[in-house]
Amino acid sequence: MELNQFTAHELLAKLKNKEVSAEKILLSLQERIHKTEPKVKAYARVGEVENSAANPSALSLLKGLPITIKDNICTAGLTTECCSKILRGFRPPYDATVISKLKENGATIFALKANMDEFAFGSSCENSYFGPTHNPWDLECVPGGSSGGSAAAVASDEAIWALGSDTGGSIRQPASFCGVVGLKPTYGRVSRFGLIAFASSLDQIGPITKDVQDAAILSGIICGHDPRDSTSVNQEVPDYTKSLTGDIKGLKIGIPKEYFVAGLDTEVKSIIEEAIDKLKTLGAFTDPVSLPHTEYAVPVYYIIATAEASSNLARFDGVQYGYRVASDNLIQMYKMTRAQGFGPEAKRRILLGTFALSHGYYDAYYLRALKVRTLIKQDFDKVFQDFDCIVAPTSPTPAFKIGERAQDPLKMYLSDIYTISVNLAGIPAISIPCGFTKKGLPVGLQIMAKPFNEEMLFRVAHTFEQNTDWHKIKPKL
Amino acid sequence: MSLDKETIKHVAHLARIDLQPSELEKLSEELQKILDFIDKLSALDVDQVKPASHILPISNVLREDKPQVSLTPEMALDNAPDKKGNFFCVPKILE
Repeated sequence: MELNQFTAHELLAKLKNKEVSAEKILLSLQERIHKTEPKVKAYARVGEVENSAANPSALSLLKGLPITIKDNICTAGLTTECCSKILRGFRPPYDATVISKLKENGATIFALKANMDEFAFGSSCENSYFGPTHNPWDLECVPGGSSGGSAAAVASDEAIWALGSDTGGSIRQPASFCGVVGLKPTYGRVSRFGLIAFASSLDQIGPITKDVQDAAILSGIICGHDPRDSTSVNQEVPDYTKSLTGDIKGLKIGIPKEYFVAGLDTEVKSIIEEAIDKLKTLGAFTDPVSLPHTEYAVPVYYIIATAEASSNLARFDGVQYGYRVASDNLIQMYKMTRAQGFGPEAKRRILLGTFALSHGYYDAYYLRALKVRTLIKQDFDKVFQDFDCIVAPTSPTPAFKIGERAQDPLKMYLSDIYTISVNLAGIPAISIPCGFTKKGLPVGLQIMAKPFNEEMLFRVAHTFEQNTDWHKIKPKL
Repeated sequence: MSLDKETIKHVAHLARIDLQPSELEKLSEELQKILDFIDKLSALDVDQVKPASHILPISNVLREDKPQVSLTPEMALDNAPDKKGNFFCVPKILE
C-alpha cells in the first residue's frame, strides 16, 4: 500500500512511531498526483510547488501532514482565485483562521489548491474557470460541487484529507458523489474569516476525509470561536474523537418522508433503505417524520443565497485585486471587468440576487424567502424535540455525466434538493459512503443533527462505517 | 412575475455588469424559468411568520475600540492592478 492511500489518523500513528517522515508522505502524494491528476484534474492550478511548510515550533499534533485546501479559502502567499478569472493572480496577504489553526497544529498546507465551481456557484465543478474535475469512479461523470476538487482529490488519494466549504451542499454532495466523508458543521461552529464569501448566512468550512475518525480529528482543529468572525459562536469545542464509541443502541432516528418522493433515483433509494436497516440492526430506532416545508427549500435558497452573493461579490470591481479591463471611465471599467471576469453562472446569480433585493421586489422575494426560512427551521426544531438525528439520502441521484445538466440551471439547482435545508436551518450534517450503484458509482448517506451536536453525527456515522466496508473501497485509476 | 429585457438591463446596470445582446437574450429566458420556479413561494401564507434575518440567537457582537495591528499599506496594495504610492488607482472620476 502506498503512503498516499492511508487515512490521516493512520499516517499520524506512523509519524508518531517514526515509521515514516512527512517528506516521504509528501513525495508519495506528488507521485500520485503526477500519475492520476491528468485524468482527475482535482487541482485548480499546476506548477506551484512551494508548500507552506509546517511550523516547526508549532504543536506537534499534525506532524507536518499535508492538507489540501479549496481555492476559496485564503492561504497567505499561495494563489487563491476561487477558480474565477476575476481573482486572477490573487495572493492573499493573510491566512484564513482555519489555515492559522492548521498551521498552529503543525499541518503542511499543500500548495496546490483544490478545484471548485467559480465562487462555489454550482453542483458539478463544471463552472470552474480552469475546467471541470472528473469523478475518480467514472471519469465521464462530475465529482459534484462546489467542493468537487477537494472530494475528488481525497477519493483518488491525491490528498490525505481536505477542507471544503458548504453553502447549500457543497461539501456533502461531492463527498457523496466521490465516496468519501464530508461534514458541514453547525453555522457559527467554524470561523469564516478568510473564506471568500458566497452567502454569509449559509457558508461553513468543513472537512472532506477518507473516514469518520479523520473528520472528527480535523473538526477538533478547525472549530471554535474567532473574534474576527462576528457570527462565530463562543462555545467550547468537545474532543470529537470521544464520540467514536461504536454504540448507537437506543438512539431515535427520524426518516423524513419528503426525502423519499418522486425524483429520488430508485437505486439510490434502495441503497439508502438498506443503510437505514443497518442502523436498525445496530440498535437504533427509526420512525418516519415530516419536514413539511422541504419543497420550498430550493426556491428559498436561490433567493437568499443569490441576494447575499450579489452583495458579497460587489467587491470584485477591478480596483483592489485581480483582473481589470482598462477604460477611461470608472463605471465602464467596473462593468467591463465584471462582464469579462465572471463566468455565466456567477452572472446569473448576481443578477438574480440583485433583482430580488431591488426596489419594488424586496418584499415579494427576499423578505418572503426569509419568512419561509423560519418555517424550514421550525420543521427541524420540531423533529429534534423527539429525535436524536435525521437520516436521508445526500443527493437524489448518483454522479451525473459531465455536460448533462450544464445547459439547464434549474435542473442543476435541484441536485441540492436534500442538502439545502440544512444550511437554511443552520444545523450540522455529514455525508458518508453507504453503497454503490450497479455502474459502480458511490452513494452517500446523510445524517443531520441539532445545532452544535456534531458529536451525534460522528457517533452515528462512525458506528455505521465500522460495521460496513464501503469506505475501504478505492476507485481504479 | 415576468422578467422582461428592460428589467434585466436595469438590474445588470445596478450590478455593474455589461451584457452582450446574446447574453441578454439567454439570461432573460433562464432567469424567467428560475423565477417561475421561485414563485412557488407565493402559495404560502407567511403573514404571521417572522423573517429569519439570523439563524443564530446572537446579535451586535462588539469589541473594545482599541487600535490593533492591521495590514501594512504595502501588503494591502500588493494585489492591486494599478497603484501609485499608497493609493489604488482608478480612471479619472472628476472632469
